[in-house]
Amino acid sequence: MPEKKMFKIAIASGKGGTGKTTLSTNLASFLAEKKEVVLVDLDVEEPDAGLFITGTPIHHEDKYKMIPRWEQNQCTLCGICQNVCKFHAVLQLGKIILVFPELCHSCYACSELCPAQALPMQPKKMGELTEYEVNDNLHFIESRIEIGEEQAVPLIAQTKKYVATKYPQVDLQIYDCPPGTSCPVIEATRDADFVILITEPTPFGLHDVSLAVETMRKLDKPFGIVINRFGIGNDDIINYCNNENIPIIAKIPNHRKIAEHYSSGKLVYNEIPEVKAALNQIMNYCMETSKKKVE
Amino acid sequence: MKEIVVISGKGGTGKTSIAASFAVLGGSDVIVADCDVDAADMHLLLKPDFEFSEEFYSGEIAYIEQSKCIVCGKCTEVCRFDAISFINSQYFINPLSCEGCGYCSQVCPASAIINKSRLSGKWFVSNIKTGSKMIHARLDIGADNSGKLVAKVKNEAKKLASEEAKPFILIDGSPGIGCPVVSSLSGANFVVLVVEPSVSGVHDLKRVYQVVKNFNIKAGCIINKANLNPEKHQEIKDFLLEENISHLADIPYDENFTKAMVNGMTIIEYDQNELKKILSQTWEKIKILLTN
Repeated sequence: MPEKKMFKIAIASGKGGTGKTTLSTNLASFLAEKKEVVLVDLDVEEPDAGLFITGTPIHHEDKYKMIPRWEQNQCTLCGICQNVCKFHAVLQLGKIILVFPELCHSCYACSELCPAQALPMQPKKMGELTEYEVNDNLHFIESRIEIGEEQAVPLIAQTKKYVATKYPQVDLQIYDCPPGTSCPVIEATRDADFVILITEPTPFGLHDVSLAVETMRKLDKPFGIVINRFGIGNDDIINYCNNENIPIIAKIPNHRKIAEHYSSGKLVYNEIPEVKAALNQIMNYCMETSKKKVE
Repeated sequence: MKEIVVISGKGGTGKTSIAASFAVLGGSDVIVADCDVDAADMHLLLKPDFEFSEEFYSGEIAYIEQSKCIVCGKCTEVCRFDAISFINSQYFINPLSCEGCGYCSQVCPASAIINKSRLSGKWFVSNIKTGSKMIHARLDIGADNSGKLVAKVKNEAKKLASEEAKPFILIDGSPGIGCPVVSSLSGANFVVLVVEPSVSGVHDLKRVYQVVKNFNIKAGCIINKANLNPEKHQEIKDFLLEENISHLADIPYDENFTKAMVNGMTIIEYDQNELKKILSQTWEKIKILLTN
């Protein structure tokens, strides 16, 4: 078996607004000073990494999900489609078959089980992918879902696929993930080699990161915690990590200056030495973990 | 009965802290619904007693009966979600990947696959410290259908509000613009957008407002951490004017937000001065806007 060198880091959080995007963009730029990095924004509902990382767009494509289209003249009105669809996305009303695209999960059951081929699958736009060249070492890919499109998972999956095909040679990949613990986060983290959970030392931060920890354990993912805004709140998060045997990879101090730089879309690690130090710790930790992976 | 939804697009803008303060200000007039089922935090401030709880089933999940399986592999061929893997000469369904479409069970020649209803979480009715009640929920890890659980929480809140003749339902929504947000908006009378003056705050506000617009709901906006970035603050104000959204309040950057939370209190309980004044006035404003 060839040595597998690629290392994918997913940055996730549970709670929103704890610094996922700040960490992803700063870490990607910092690492790109030394080696080639791909940064991927998988928070397709609210993709914000592009506000901090600017580059030249080199590729743009629409992304589609497949939904059935009713071909009236082929249909025998047998009703199988309506019966097999578990999502009520296909409905027979008298002599008419209605398709509800927003309920469709693209499982193909109605289409492929139709004895008359009256429901061929056709593409429907669900979002857009854009690829940027930031510098020789940093590539950035962002996907954004169409307003009104409710299912983020298919777009996340297609974005990862695009990255895998386009950048198989780039060893280091960083995924900026959506918040929460439900299906979009699972999709975004499922093939990561290491997950960084970033949180803040507050009761909300602790509660939500403990859900994220449960999620990562269920997925059997190696993970560690970065505490952001360290200094506000209390020490409960540290006690929690100690009790649960979770590594605290780095602490980023609470600093109004960081919030101000962030608010105007600037990267912070070159301005605030403590942030750079934290990124260094994270880099070293990830290097150690990736070495273990190869062994 | 009027439904007020608090959302933000971006996470971490202070949405839940502000919503919990409104819950205290509204007291017994308000039924609270925590619709951020993915990362529900309202209970940390409102001290619910979990008086009633019920399991929430939604959708289905495929299950292979190994004794009937003839190992033909038809199920993996049709599965579009990579949910069926072949391990030690047996096929297995990965519950985290299975969407519950049931296609595999349709094509299985041995009828070895059955569809079970999927336990997706739990929902609760609680007495809270405001003297009223709260409906809240816990979505299971990795569960799909958070939109449906949101709808359940909302419907139960509506039922309760009409039984107890409460004038307001206050809904804490989730971040993003996907299915849980859409679910929490449907049927609402007023949307409170909580934003922060940062590039991402503005970007996310604009996106989530497109969703709000589709529902044609009256909206107001609270700018939290208002003095963080004057330029972005102005940009938000311009956007509000352009879209005819009421600018409800500016809240200054204040670490009392965090300190209140650490003490398990809402902001207005912890800060009796400036913050309490601003939030009380804002709550009154919302009530006036709702009746007009």
